Amino acid sequence: MNKKFVLGIYDDEDVLLHAIENIRATGTKIYDVFSPYPVHGIDDVLGIKRSRLPIVAFFCGITGTSFALWMQIWMLGFDWPMIIGGKPHIALPAFIPVTFELTVLFAAFGMVITFFIVSRLKPSLRVNVFDKRSTDDKFVMAIEVKDGVTDLSALNKLLRTNGAVEVNEKEVVK
Amino acid sequence: MTEERLIISRKTNNRFFIMIAVGAVLLIAGIIFAAAGGGAEHGAEGGHEAAAAGHEAASWSKRLFVNLWMNNVYFTGIALIGTFFVAVQYVAYAGWSVLIKRIPEALSYYLPIGGVLMLLIYLFGSHDIFHWTHEYLYDVNDPRYDPIIAGKSGYLNTAFFLIRMVVYFALWIFFFMWLRRESINEDLYGGTAYYHKSIRISAMFLVVFGITSSTSAWDWVLSIDTHWFSTMFGWYVFASWWVSGLAAITLTVIILKQNGYLRMVNANHLHDLGKFVFAFSIFWTYIWFSQFMLIWYANIPEESIYYLERLGGNGGHYKWIFFTNLLINFVFPFLVLMTRDAKRQMIMLKLVTIAILVGHWLDFYLMMMPGTMREGAGIGLIEIGTALLFLGIFLLAFTKGLTKASLVPLNHPFVEESVHHHV
Repeated sequence: MNKKFVLGIYDDEDVLLHAIENIRATGTKIYDVFSPYPVHGIDDVLGIKRSRLPIVAFFCGITGTSFALWMQIWMLGFDWPMIIGGKPHIALPAFIPVTFELTVLFAAFGMVITFFIVSRLKPSLRVNVFDKRSTDDKFVMAIEVKDGVTDLSALNKLLRTNGAVEVNEKEVVK
Repeated sequence: MTEERLIISRKTNNRFFIMIAVGAVLLIAGIIFAAAGGGAEHGAEGGHEAAAAGHEAASWSKRLFVNLWMNNVYFTGIALIGTFFVAVQYVAYAGWSVLIKRIPEALSYYLPIGGVLMLLIYLFGSHDIFHWTHEYLYDVNDPRYDPIIAGKSGYLNTAFFLIRMVVYFALWIFFFMWLRRESINEDLYGGTAYYHKSIRISAMFLVVFGITSSTSAWDWVLSIDTHWFSTMFGWYVFASWWVSGLAAITLTVIILKQNGYLRMVNANHLHDLGKFVFAFSIFWTYIWFSQFMLIWYANIPEESIYYLERLGGNGGHYKWIFFTNLLINFVFPFLVLMTRDAKRQMIMLKLVTIAILVGHWLDFYLMMMPGTMREGAGIGLIEIGTALLFLGIFLLAFTKGLTKASLVPLNHPFVEESVHHHV
C-alpha cells in the first residue's frame, strides 16, 4: 500500500524547532523529522518519550552480575574445587573482575540487541529516504496525508507560514 | 553577562564563627577528658595496650595532632581540587562549566591557610604523627635502630620533607593566584587573550599537579605507615580528593542556587556535575579495589599488614569503618545517582554529595588512624571538634573567595555556550 506524505523543507534549526511546536499545537500529527545532525531539544518539541533502553541495560547488567557470580561460585566452589594461591574455594575478591566484565558485556550486548529488535533494524530493511538533502543541509518534516481527511492546501499554508522554504509531496511504497 | 555578587550576611558569617567556637570548645573538652584519662574516652584505654605492645602510648596530644593533620590534609586536598577542576576545564576547552567556574576557583582560597597550618602542625606534632621522624631509628647503636626506615632516609628526612612541603604549596598557590588573576582581569577588560593565556597556565599546572599530588600523598599520608608501600597510593589519595572536591563544588552550586544565586544554572549543569560525582565515586572504588586485590591476592606479609590493621587487627577496631567506607562512597552514590532523573534533582545530589564528603573524611581517617593511634582511635569530642573547627575556617576562606568576584564570569568566551548548555 502506498502512503502519501507532505514534506516541509527547512533550512534553519531554530525556525524548524518553532515550526514543530506551532504545527503540533494546531493538532497536526508529524510523522517524523529528518536532520543531517542531532538537534538539541528536538525530542522534547516532537513529544518523543524518553527511551526505555536504560531499563533494559539495568536488567541485562543484573543478569550479567548474577550469571558471573553463579558461574564462578559453581565452577570453583562446587563442580571442580581447586586451591588457587591458598585462597578459599569461593574467594569473592578474585571473582570481582570477571563479574564486572560480564556485567558490562551483558549490559552492552543486551542494549544493542534490544535496540535492533525494537527498531526492526535488519539487513533486509528498506528505508524510505524522503528527501536526499536531509543528509546534507536541509531539515525535512514529514506529515502523513490521509485521503479525504487532510486538507492539502491548508497544510501547505501552515508549513509555509511556519518558515518552510519548500513544500513537496511524496508517495512511498510501504 | 550581568554581574552577580554573592553577599554573605553578617548572620551567616557569625554562623561560621560559631562553628569554629563550638569546634574549639568540643576539642578542648575532649582534650581535658582524654588527659584526665577518665576511662570514658577510648584514647586512654587503648594507650596502655599500645604501650604494652611496645609502641608509643597514644596520648591525648598524639590524638590531637593526628586529627589536626588529617583534617588539614582533607581540606587542603579539596582546596587544591578547585584549581585542578578549573585547569581541566580550560585544557579541555569546556564550555558547559563556565557558569559555575567561580566556585572551584574560590575553593582554593583555603590553600595559603592550609599551607601555614600544615607547616605548624608538622613542626609541633611530627613525632606524634610520623614514626620516621624519631632520631633513634637511624642510630645503628640504638636497640630501636630500624634498617628499613634508615634505608628510606634519603627521601624521608625532616629537611627534605619540609622543603617539599614548602615547594608544593608555593607551586599550588602560585598557579592558583595566576589563574585567578587572569580570570578576574578577563571580567574587567574582556577579550580572548586571557582565555588563551589561562589554557597555557592550566597545562603547566596540570603537569605540576600530576607530580605533586602523588608525592604529597606519599609524604603526608603514606609515610605514616613507614614500612608499608603501595604504588597505587598517589592515585588513591588523588581519587579521594577529587571526588570530595567535585562533591563540594556540586553542593555549593546547589546551596547557592537554592538561595537565589546562579540563576542561569539549570538542571543540565547539575546533570553534568552529577555525572562527574557518579563517575569519580566509581573511579575511587576502582582504585580502591585495584590496590586491595593485588595485595590480597599476593598475600605478602609486608604488604597485607596494611589491610590486617584495618580489618582483623587492632582488635577489629576499624572493621566497621572499613566497610562503611565502601558502602557510603561506592554503593550509595552508585545506586542513587544511577538514573538520569536523580542527577538532575537537587535533593538527590545534595544527599549524595553530603554522604561523599562525610565518607571521604572517614576514608582519610582510615588511612591515618591505624598507623598512628592503633587501637586508641575513636570518633569522639576531639574528632568532631577538630572537624568542625576546620570546616568553619574552610568555609570562611571559601565564602570570602566567593564574594571577591562576580559569581558568573562576565567576559569568558564560552559563557553564552554555558548559558545554553543542554544535555
